[in-house]
Amino acid sequence: MAETETLLAQALQEIEHSRDELSLDGLRVKYLGKKGIFTSLLKSLGDLEEEKRPGAGQAINLAKRKLQDGIASRKKLLLQESLNAKLSSEKIDVTLPGRRQSSGGLHPITITIDRITEIFSSAGYEVVVGPEIEDEYHNFEALNIPSHHPARAMHDTFYVQPGTVLRTHTSPVQVRVMEGGAPPFRMICPGRVYRCDSDLTHTPMFHQVEGLVVDEKITFADLKGTVEDFLHAFFEEDMPVRFRPSYFPFTEPSAEADMGCVSCGGNGCRICGHTGWLEVMGCGMVHPHVLELSGVDTSKCSGFAFGMGVERLAMLRYNVSDLRTYFENDMRFLKQFN
Amino acid sequence: MIFSEEWLKEWIDPKMSTDMLMDSLTMAGLESDGSSAVAYDFAGIIVGEVLTVESHPDAKNLKICKVSDGINTFQVVCGASNARVGLKAPFATVGSEITIRESEEILRIQIAEIRGVKSSGMLCSSEELGLEEKSEGLLELPSNSVNGEDIRELLKLDDISIELDLTPNRGDCLGIRGLAREIGLLTRQDYKEPAFSQVARKHDIELPIQIMAKDECPRYLGRLIKNIDPNSISPLWMKERLRRAGLRSIDPIVDVTNYVLMELGQPMHAFDFSKLKGGIDVRMADEGEKLLLLDGKEVTLSSDDLVISDHEKAVAMAGIMGGMSTAVSKETRDVFLECAFFAPLAVAGKARSFGMHTDASHRYERGVDYELQKMAMDRATELLIEVAGGDAGPVTEALGNMPESVFVELKYANVASLLGVDIPVEEVQDILLRLGFSLSDQDADGVRIKVPSYRFDISIEADVIEELARIFGYNNIPKTAGLVKQCLTSKPEGEVTSRRICDLMVDLGYQEVITYSFIDPRHSELISKSPDNEVIRLRNPISEEMSVMRTSLLPGLISAFEHNNNRQQERLRLFESGLVFSKNSEEIFQQSKIAGLISGEKYPKNWNINSNLNDFYDIKGDVEVLLDLRRGEAPIKFSAAEHPSMHPGQCARVSDPKNKEIGYLGALSPSVAQKLGFANSVFLFEISLDEVRTTRIPSAKLLSKYPEVSRDLALVLDNSVASSEILDCVKATAGDRLVDLRIFDVYQGDGIEEGKKSVALGLTWQDPSRTLSDEEINATIISCVKALRQQFNAKLRD
Repeated sequence: MAETETLLAQALQEIEHSRDELSLDGLRVKYLGKKGIFTSLLKSLGDLEEEKRPGAGQAINLAKRKLQDGIASRKKLLLQESLNAKLSSEKIDVTLPGRRQSSGGLHPITITIDRITEIFSSAGYEVVVGPEIEDEYHNFEALNIPSHHPARAMHDTFYVQPGTVLRTHTSPVQVRVMEGGAPPFRMICPGRVYRCDSDLTHTPMFHQVEGLVVDEKITFADLKGTVEDFLHAFFEEDMPVRFRPSYFPFTEPSAEADMGCVSCGGNGCRICGHTGWLEVMGCGMVHPHVLELSGVDTSKCSGFAFGMGVERLAMLRYNVSDLRTYFENDMRFLKQFN
Repeated sequence: MIFSEEWLKEWIDPKMSTDMLMDSLTMAGLESDGSSAVAYDFAGIIVGEVLTVESHPDAKNLKICKVSDGINTFQVVCGASNARVGLKAPFATVGSEITIRESEEILRIQIAEIRGVKSSGMLCSSEELGLEEKSEGLLELPSNSVNGEDIRELLKLDDISIELDLTPNRGDCLGIRGLAREIGLLTRQDYKEPAFSQVARKHDIELPIQIMAKDECPRYLGRLIKNIDPNSISPLWMKERLRRAGLRSIDPIVDVTNYVLMELGQPMHAFDFSKLKGGIDVRMADEGEKLLLLDGKEVTLSSDDLVISDHEKAVAMAGIMGGMSTAVSKETRDVFLECAFFAPLAVAGKARSFGMHTDASHRYERGVDYELQKMAMDRATELLIEVAGGDAGPVTEALGNMPESVFVELKYANVASLLGVDIPVEEVQDILLRLGFSLSDQDADGVRIKVPSYRFDISIEADVIEELARIFGYNNIPKTAGLVKQCLTSKPEGEVTSRRICDLMVDLGYQEVITYSFIDPRHSELISKSPDNEVIRLRNPISEEMSVMRTSLLPGLISAFEHNNNRQQERLRLFESGLVFSKNSEEIFQQSKIAGLISGEKYPKNWNINSNLNDFYDIKGDVEVLLDLRRGEAPIKFSAAEHPSMHPGQCARVSDPKNKEIGYLGALSPSVAQKLGFANSVFLFEISLDEVRTTRIPSAKLLSKYPEVSRDLALVLDNSVASSEILDCVKATAGDRLVDLRIFDVYQGDGIEEGKKSVALGLTWQDPSRTLSDEEINATIISCVKALRQQFNAKLRD
């Protein structure tokens, strides 16, 4: 009995000192294996006196069980330790930057056109594009601008050949849509336009978005509501919007829309020329001649049209101060929009 | 149109501040562009009379003047050459201050010693008072000016010039009279015509006037004024008014015609009578007729140009500019004044077609009041005689076909249906009357309107409604939501949106650029593939560098790359989408393209990525991803190709199954790269956007429950065999059940014979309805190997 106790204590101590699974397994074999010490003890029970056998057997079996538990819990502990060691050896600096491709980005003009078209398409406007080299008929005559018209001087036109021009506005796209369909029309036409003019405030190529609505009972009040709602939606700000009489050969009445300066809140600053107002859009009711030339029955339908310069809206929205930076394509400028 | 408030007030007092006046005009559609004071801000400058002039003992160019202010006499040292006894000039007394507008610097006049001589005050030039940018000598005041009178009072310098940016439809406001009429309309008061006096006729000589072009010239008035004083000069008040209207003083005769132009809006012309032969004919020019104009330019006219001619030759381009040979000069004694109404269509566009723009053409093409000529002629006569003396003759009037009065029917109901607001009929009528329209045939529904002779922009009902809206106030019209019938529009799913395509490029790390559509022809030649069609050249480019329409997006991308490369940005990924242009003898082509450029390292510099430069397969991978938007809609083919701007060994043509070219990709030709000074290789692609846009609407297939079988195949064959050919051959042989085929290794070097390469293929089969047997697969492999051997002499690698 005493021997069993001593052996158990010795074995447990050895288990406690084992450093890894391998030595632990060695101890299992040494004490519990087929030829292990406790196995031999059990086998040697026969040598004991009859009456001592059950007590000694019980003690040995109890010791074996304790030994097994000891090995199991030691094993669990060792496993935990080795896992901990592995995890700790795998620790990395998670603050180092990731492995990646660089971010790309859209040009601010595209971002602005997308914003405008999204606002209008969600209201059911169709987005239409058209040719940039146009015939004079669609660029001018169909829009009530005959060749001798003084307004032609406002459109410094690039000529490709006699009768063929680089479009000076995106209105010819609207003419083409009207010629090919029947009202109601609700569309916007974004795109590049060209005017033979280059200085601090003009680039010979720029972008416009023009809109057209033709249906029964369309009024100037509808135009005002549309332009104002659009400006509020685009700038996410309910600034005041005012309308001034103006002149375009293709609209009657014609108007310029001004909005309260988004930079100074209408108090007057450099951006608005100290007037508190920014001229942002030309618009008006489509001239009856323009509708008639495109085959729209003016006894039934009326319409409104509006046009805006994308560069200007982008300048106001994104605080761009020099028009010419748009087409220099300097990454240091463009990356600011990514 | 620039005008001064002081001149306007002779006709009407707007009874409001300058800012309010400008604002009201802007809100009525006459946009105010700005205003400026007509002189520097100063006080204490008075009329001084030079009593004596002595030369300065120590300075040749200086004079010592005694100047009287009417009470006292001051000694003033002055350098002006026109300082002379009896001259009256602005005299800045000691203590007066002048604020220079541009610099806001204040000039204080103090007692000074100039080269040892005491000077108490300063005699001023018009430049020093801020009247002119540059002037010579002292400003000479009228001899009847009262000594000591404040210059600001005398010259009415507390005045402001206002600039209006008038739209082309408002030619009626291109004169003080028209502006006064408009302001009267806005402020509900009448303008008053200044009292013009009629000049008594002093002789009876008339020049015969004949109008041949009766539609183009409905009215022509002529008058001979004899014996004007050739030594006369324009009075200061007239010069000042012209200056404040933005016009330079030329000589008394021209100044008078310009004055009438600005005051009444009526262009006039003065001929030297002695140089006119016979009489005046208003006719169309003879084809090829030449005319030397006042500005020294000779024009060659055609039969649709209207001219004023004497009995020998054309002497003026009607309504645009007079001729040199009959121009007034210092010797002119007898002046023939012309005051005409030329039809807008006879003048419109003509000046521009000769590259000219004059005050006269500006007004005639917009429309001059056709009832104004008599008044303007009287006014000019009065002024000319006042300024230069002379004897007026009778006015000769010739008439062509006068315009008929324009009548417009207005239906009251249409006002509301166009504007979306009900303006009460009484208010409509009130506005119409204030606009100078005469009303007739009024009933409950509408009214007939006669348009006044000065409005050329009103011919249909919408024009009248615009005028109503303008005066009613655009901002008094309500805003409505623009409700229209709901219409759900279909978005074609077989079409990839531009937005999706651009987003994909962005996600691949590309930065969008926007470059000009017109480029340098040298870049176009250097970089674009010589198109099958011709390059389009602009007739009137801004510059040679922007003179041809791009036939490819690549030159623009390369320019953008160059711009950034010159600014230490070497790793770039750029793309652009847009139209490219070309033409043949019949047609102009405008095609949408998308193009990309990459250069420098594959990835941004980072702690754990080895520096690794982009190569052909990087850009090709991006093109493949882009073309994946098609969802396999007709497979795309890449084949080795040549392109003038690309590396001969690293250029691929992209084509559709019908072998139609849809684009190119490759490395920028090293010679071009060298010319442009690029250190790293540049890779480019350009694809027709329409090809990327066409996609397939997915149609899902049942998934097979049976296992896949895979086999690898390593082949050795000639280097010259293109991978695409190997794949085509295997696809054709490996049966319908081949579901995947890929090249997973290409090797050249040790163990492989020179000129050969080893290509490793991975093949995968699957059948939708059963498990494929090894025997079947082995048989397929054998036939593949056999086919490869036959076609390419390929051997299995040991």
